[in-house]
Amino acid sequence: MPQRETGPIGDPTAITIETTIGYMGAIDHQGVIRRFPELEWDDFSGSLILSPERVDEVVSWLKEDPAYRLDYLSCVSGVDYLEKEEKTRVRNEAGKMVVKTSLSPEKMEVVYHFYSMEKKTGPFILKQRVHSRENPVVTSLTPHYRGAELMEREVYDLFGIHFTGHPDLRRILMWEAFQHHPMRKDYVPPNDYEYEPTPHGDVLQRARERREELEGQSP
Amino acid sequence: MSPVQTMPPRGYHLSKDELGADILEVAMGPHHPSTHGVFRMDLKLDGETVVDLKPVFGYLHRNHEKIAEDISYPMSMPFTDRLDYLCGMTNNWAYALSAEKLIEIEVPERAEYLRVIVGELTRLVNHCLLIGFFINDLGALGTPLLYALREREKILDLFEVLSGARMMVNYIRFGGVRCDLPEGWLGECQRIVDAFPAFLDEYETLLTENEIIIARAQNVGVVTREEAIDFSLTGPMLRASGVNYDIRKVDRYGIYDRFDFKIPIGGHGDCYDRFMVRMLEMRESVKILKQAIRDLPDGNIMGKAPKIFRPAPGEAYGRIEAPKGELGFYLISDGTPIPYRFKVRPPSFVNLTALRHMCLGHKVADAVIILGSIDIVLGEVDR
Amino acid sequence: MSLLAKGILKGMAVTAKNFFQSYYRKERLPTVQYPEEKSTITPFTRNFPFLLYDGDDAVDGMRCTACTLCERACPPQCIYIIKDKDEKGKPILRPRIFDIDTSVCMSCQLCVEVCPYEAIRMDSAFELSNENRFEGLLINRGDLLKSNDYYHALNPVEARETDDRIAAKNALAEAKKKARQKKTRLAAAKAKRPPSRLKKSPPAREKPPQPEKSE
Ligand code: SF4
Ligand code: SF4
Repeated sequence: MPQRETGPIGDPTAITIETTIGYMGAIDHQGVIRRFPELEWDDFSGSLILSPERVDEVVSWLKEDPAYRLDYLSCVSGVDYLEKEEKTRVRNEAGKMVVKTSLSPEKMEVVYHFYSMEKKTGPFILKQRVHSRENPVVTSLTPHYRGAELMEREVYDLFGIHFTGHPDLRRILMWEAFQHHPMRKDYVPPNDYEYEPTPHGDVLQRARERREELEGQSP
Repeated sequence: MSPVQTMPPRGYHLSKDELGADILEVAMGPHHPSTHGVFRMDLKLDGETVVDLKPVFGYLHRNHEKIAEDISYPMSMPFTDRLDYLCGMTNNWAYALSAEKLIEIEVPERAEYLRVIVGELTRLVNHCLLIGFFINDLGALGTPLLYALREREKILDLFEVLSGARMMVNYIRFGGVRCDLPEGWLGECQRIVDAFPAFLDEYETLLTENEIIIARAQNVGVVTREEAIDFSLTGPMLRASGVNYDIRKVDRYGIYDRFDFKIPIGGHGDCYDRFMVRMLEMRESVKILKQAIRDLPDGNIMGKAPKIFRPAPGEAYGRIEAPKGELGFYLISDGTPIPYRFKVRPPSFVNLTALRHMCLGHKVADAVIILGSIDIVLGEVDR
Repeated sequence: MSLLAKGILKGMAVTAKNFFQSYYRKERLPTVQYPEEKSTITPFTRNFPFLLYDGDDAVDGMRCTACTLCERACPPQCIYIIKDKDEKGKPILRPRIFDIDTSVCMSCQLCVEVCPYEAIRMDSAFELSNENRFEGLLINRGDLLKSNDYYHALNPVEARETDDRIAAKNALAEAKKKARQKKTRLAAAKAKRPPSRLKKSPPAREKPPQPEKSE
């Protein structure tokens, strides 16, 4: 346990007061693209898209490289995209605008927001993308940033995304015996309504059905 | 022989050999007076020393994010009050800030000032209460906490007159604030702000030199500078560890660049520094408040917000320096009036990551005050 | 030992000061003894919504037009509206059923903000305990309707502003209506005697040049 070196007991002067902090600057992403030209840069959201295999290499580079020094991981969020028809307006050969439907595949993303406390820059957005909703596996960033531990556990709990290399991957907000992942877009809440004090509408209807069901079950 | 002499000397340590027992597992909580809500720590104890700790929570989980992904953007605003139920104003502000990034709305000058005023008042409320509870955890039951509550009450009265509610304020809107100041509000606010330093002086006399607090809080739960960054700590926790980082200064969201204020930085990263940093931060908040009240301009309180909030597809991450740390909202829009993804980055949840690290090797009684110094609110941790 | 006593003694002095001053200084002891004494409620305090009506008859003077905007804007979905119909099945612009479930309502005031007819406002009554937790907390139309005078007593400033706004709106509507009436009257007049007018007016316009020509 490190001991206090400075300041006598009860001396509030151990606290220094700072007035100047640099202004948060934007991060130039060209350096990453130069270093890893094969990576995909999504201009629309301003983020670097990664497949889970490359994560360790890229993240440790971003953390150590003197131009970036992304030492602070701010936010980890999971996003679930269902398979969806997308309508885009394109110009056909005749020069007319037509609506083209394309199928955007199902995917899951884990979005990381980085900042650099040393250089006072940010944010830098990194997305781990997997094209499977059945068994999504991404690489954990907890070995690099210990702050990711609880946030990744939350993503695992609510989205069912597995993190390889996570030291303690358990459910965090839901209880252990819970089966589903409630933040997924296709999650259907279980029909376990009590008679709620909402005397109208859907909820009451479901509550009634539920009660009938329960009464039917009981001997 | 008097019973006093048979007691072990101060600083005693019973190891498991002396006790003749194995490692003891204790579930502390969820209903424990010092866990600030329904929070559980599963402790493994060797005698009285913590050898392992697992935080267990989720008892208050209601999936705020899922609720928000079913309703339109403005309808989520009252739900954000319930995240960190002590600081409704800053929660509103963070959400409004993110939404304003998603769809560009200019916030009028007066509304920005009002936001700063209510935001800093919220910081006073939160730090006041936290310090009261922290001292309460140390064993000073009641008295200092009630002094803090008394001061908080005055500010909550102000909020009530302004927004109609004391805690669930629902005051800030996309592009401005909901209503203008009622008559006489500013004068009352000025009076409370002017009287606040006297309370702080008194509180400091009461607490900062108290030998018991010093003995209990110094060198307990130390987080070094590097560890603090590694653990993604934010807010007073981070600054107590000596990192010069405050989003009000760094991001300069709102109009914080117009105010003259300082950032207290701790030197040791222990519980005492975290307590002192908050104490000094309140003084800085009072400074900001005085400037904001002095400069408050006239004008509109609502910018040109669209009637139906329907952002173009895109995403935005907005963050503010909430009293507990960095509060962020990550919104993804798919072009409909309902957010596709609504993610909250709660400060106290992330700050809890360091709890195990801070408690290892300390006594059970220290685990209580370490938890108290993190400043958690379970409404935000569990969401 | 002297070091040990110093900080604690200082703290004791503060506590003693607080204790003695609490007898004669209000800001040292701002609490009130609740059931006997009630703390003042500001006019802006909001608790649960109520509906406003003008005049004496609650149902006839109801401002609400059952537009269901508030029902859609309510985050926890605790408003329930069914539109009224007359005997012939023609819809009337007022709700037949207007229920607010106060056990679900979270006092957020969004319904007040969306209402275009100034028909719903927040009440500040707070002693609302009830014996029945389901139907007892469901407030229906009859209990929700309060007169405008009640609102004036509750929050005079806002009530006056609201009245002004409504008056301005009515005046505007009146003016528009008049304009429209005038238009229709003119149009009707036009429709009545179109040929004579049409015949008359073109020569009237052509008349002035005629003298020029002759000169
Ligand atoms: S106050 Fe809020 S929760 Fe209550 S009825 Fe109005 S919109 Fe619904
Ligand atoms: S209270 Fe207002 S918003 Fe609600 S239905 Fe009536 S008129 Fe419409």
